[in-house]
Amino acid sequence: MEIAVNILLTIATAATPLLIAAMGELVVERSGVLNLGVEGMMIMGAVGGFGAGYLTGSPWIGLLVAVAMGAVFSLLFAFMTLTLATNQVATGLSLTLLGLGLSGMMGTSFVGQPGERLPNLDIPGLTSIPVVGKLFFGQDPVFYISIALTIAVAWFLFRTRTGLTLRSIGDSHTSAHALGIPVLRYRYLAVVFGGACAGLAGGQLSLVYTPQWVENMSAGRGWIALALVVFASWRPWRVLGGAYIFGAVWIGQLHAQAFGIPVPSQLLSSLPYLATVVVLVLISRNKRLTMMNTPASLGQPFVPDR
Amino acid sequence: MSADGNGPNLLEVRGLTKIFGTLKACDSVDLTIRKGEIHALLGENGAGKSTLVKMLFGSLEPYSGEIRWNGAPVRIGSPSVAKKLGIGMVFQHFSLFEALTAAENIALSLDDQTPISTIAAKAQALSYSYGLPLDPYSLVGDLSVGERQRIEIIRCLLQKPELIILDEPTSVLTPQEADKLFETLERLRAEGKSILYISHRLEEVKRMCDAATVMRHGKVVGHCNPRQETAASLARMMVGNEVEAVVRAPMEGIEKAPALLEIRHLSRKPATPFSIPLRDINLDVRAGEVIGIAGVAGNGQGEFFEAVSGEVTQQDAGSIRIRGKDAGRLGITGRRLLGAAFVPEERLGHGAAPRMKLSENLLLSRHATDGKAFVGAGGIVKTGAIEAASQRIVEVMDVRKSARDPEAAALSGGNLQKFIVGRELDRKPTVMLVNQPTWGVDAGAAAKIRQSLIELARSGSAILVISQDLDELFEISDAIAVMHNGSLSPPLPRAEATFEKIGLLMGGAEPGHADHALETV
Repeated sequence: MEIAVNILLTIATAATPLLIAAMGELVVERSGVLNLGVEGMMIMGAVGGFGAGYLTGSPWIGLLVAVAMGAVFSLLFAFMTLTLATNQVATGLSLTLLGLGLSGMMGTSFVGQPGERLPNLDIPGLTSIPVVGKLFFGQDPVFYISIALTIAVAWFLFRTRTGLTLRSIGDSHTSAHALGIPVLRYRYLAVVFGGACAGLAGGQLSLVYTPQWVENMSAGRGWIALALVVFASWRPWRVLGGAYIFGAVWIGQLHAQAFGIPVPSQLLSSLPYLATVVVLVLISRNKRLTMMNTPASLGQPFVPDR
Repeated sequence: MSADGNGPNLLEVRGLTKIFGTLKACDSVDLTIRKGEIHALLGENGAGKSTLVKMLFGSLEPYSGEIRWNGAPVRIGSPSVAKKLGIGMVFQHFSLFEALTAAENIALSLDDQTPISTIAAKAQALSYSYGLPLDPYSLVGDLSVGERQRIEIIRCLLQKPELIILDEPTSVLTPQEADKLFETLERLRAEGKSILYISHRLEEVKRMCDAATVMRHGKVVGHCNPRQETAASLARMMVGNEVEAVVRAPMEGIEKAPALLEIRHLSRKPATPFSIPLRDINLDVRAGEVIGIAGVAGNGQGEFFEAVSGEVTQQDAGSIRIRGKDAGRLGITGRRLLGAAFVPEERLGHGAAPRMKLSENLLLSRHATDGKAFVGAGGIVKTGAIEAASQRIVEVMDVRKSARDPEAAALSGGNLQKFIVGRELDRKPTVMLVNQPTWGVDAGAAAKIRQSLIELARSGSAILVISQDLDELFEISDAIAVMHNGSLSPPLPRAEATFEKIGLLMGGAEPGHADHALETV
């Protein structure tokens, strides 16, 4: 039982950064912007979060800096693609490359240093309940933030007028502009929100998951988050499901490798990707629903005529 | 001013100018709209009508000039300012969101936070009171163009505007739907609202409008009372000179001529949830005839064009036969090699590559059919031969351009269309399919294109024309078929076809029942 609980806890820790980064990107893409720089913003959050935590000794300050780092870094993307109307794919890719390089440079002095870890929740009386206590009341703060974020994004997009406006911009920015909706203002806010989420996800990596700084420690998670958004057909709860399937198979194959199962390790390592894609493709078989949720103006630059 | 309404002035525009680059889209435009009048804004495509109304609605910022609303000068910086003043707009290219419901679409243009359910109830009540029934919870992507326009109108009315701007509202409606719209407009006028009605259809302007302002090349060329004018005199004001009438000599013995294009049981599943399936389409186009395909936009014409042109190939090779040979599995080039030619609806980006020269665009569409003439040994392009052919087309079709061999995007819409049609005509194709031959083309160029299509048919080719412009189809077709929801009616011979019959078929009446339905209307 103890082992099962521990496995569940590691799954949650593995899924959380994917969930947060993907939730941010979901909002960005719902506004019609494709930001391929998630990986870059995430790693910037990771290095910023670790550095601030290490220098101040407070992992909480580290977490705030991680969020700010992602948000500021995404502003660069927003300025290029929204104000200057550059190609979103190319700009996003260069943002990732820039983030990976810049973070490596910023983090040289942090390599090998012991970091600060955010403490797990500990509520007297609740956390000590067998099984349930640790799962529901004994995890790290970022886990709770990720769940609250999913609820908040789902509510915002589908229950508020502002969310409806954001979705409408993703559907047709020309129509939105004709109605007098400030398209670029919404998109700026969405991109910065996405950047803050990616930064938070990076902070989770260097302040919770493995509290240390290693170059390239995001290890492609930004790309997985991007793929999750698409395969989840831009729906928040499916993103949550996808992130947890990925986390579960990821942890599962690690254990399988540790047991020495006679299957090539490369095959095992590819399982999480395969499983996530297969499951999400299966649940998005309804083409009509997928089309309805796909932001039709995704990736198209918008220049308002005045 | 000869408006016969005697209400006070609601809107006065003085000297409004808008410049795009070097083009004066609106040049010192004056316009006065009184309370309770339907005011027509007439002009050809590109005359500056849409630019003018976009400035009135705050979508575009004027370069200079003054707008007065109820006598006071106003600056309309954005559509929300226009809405607050009481100006509503129904766009020509609808500003709707396909993936959202009708009610959500309406909610987006209201600035307050009224819950969607309240808006849906209000919209439904209003829509029924005007006889424009609307299901507020249906997805816009599923609706016909006429229904989409209802959403735009209801959305506009819910804002309780004093002035309603309608940009070419009937260009996408069946004649019957248009009549319904006119009733609504007359009721609004009776309620004291003013309407600015943009159109190039002169009959409906004469029928409904109290005053008219005519624009040409960005300038106002006249104000008049359309009821005292004839369609011909209005056309003269719009175009600036007489337009040559298209001549269509009747064709004898068409029924004995061989069918050059045969379409048999052509069906196609919808490619996307919002596209139209094609349902068992059968049609013969014989040597020497022009067949027109009428239909409200979005009833499968685009899908049909793709299937016949070979942009999308069929499983069944026999579903399309060109000159007696199975062509269903052939791509565009294969079908062109059989003697067919295709002109798509979209000029820039589909019919022509915008940033390539005219001669290069010529090579793009004819590299296979005219391979020997245009491409030499080793695949080297014969620039001289192509340029000569391109100049020949320019002369035959009277294409007006600024440079010897300009980029396609540098030509005006009408001139580029003349070139694209001319590029195909130059080959003397035996089968020709044209989608919207004169959409957005000025009257002179349209007449030229129509005449050349008729002449190609009379020289023994089979021509199929898809168009939403009924006047055009009646002008050039020997028979007219109607496309509705992916099905094609049997072609009605020109002598039997009337606007009413075609209109009923466009609205979805069963073929054969159209006559019956006419009696009960």
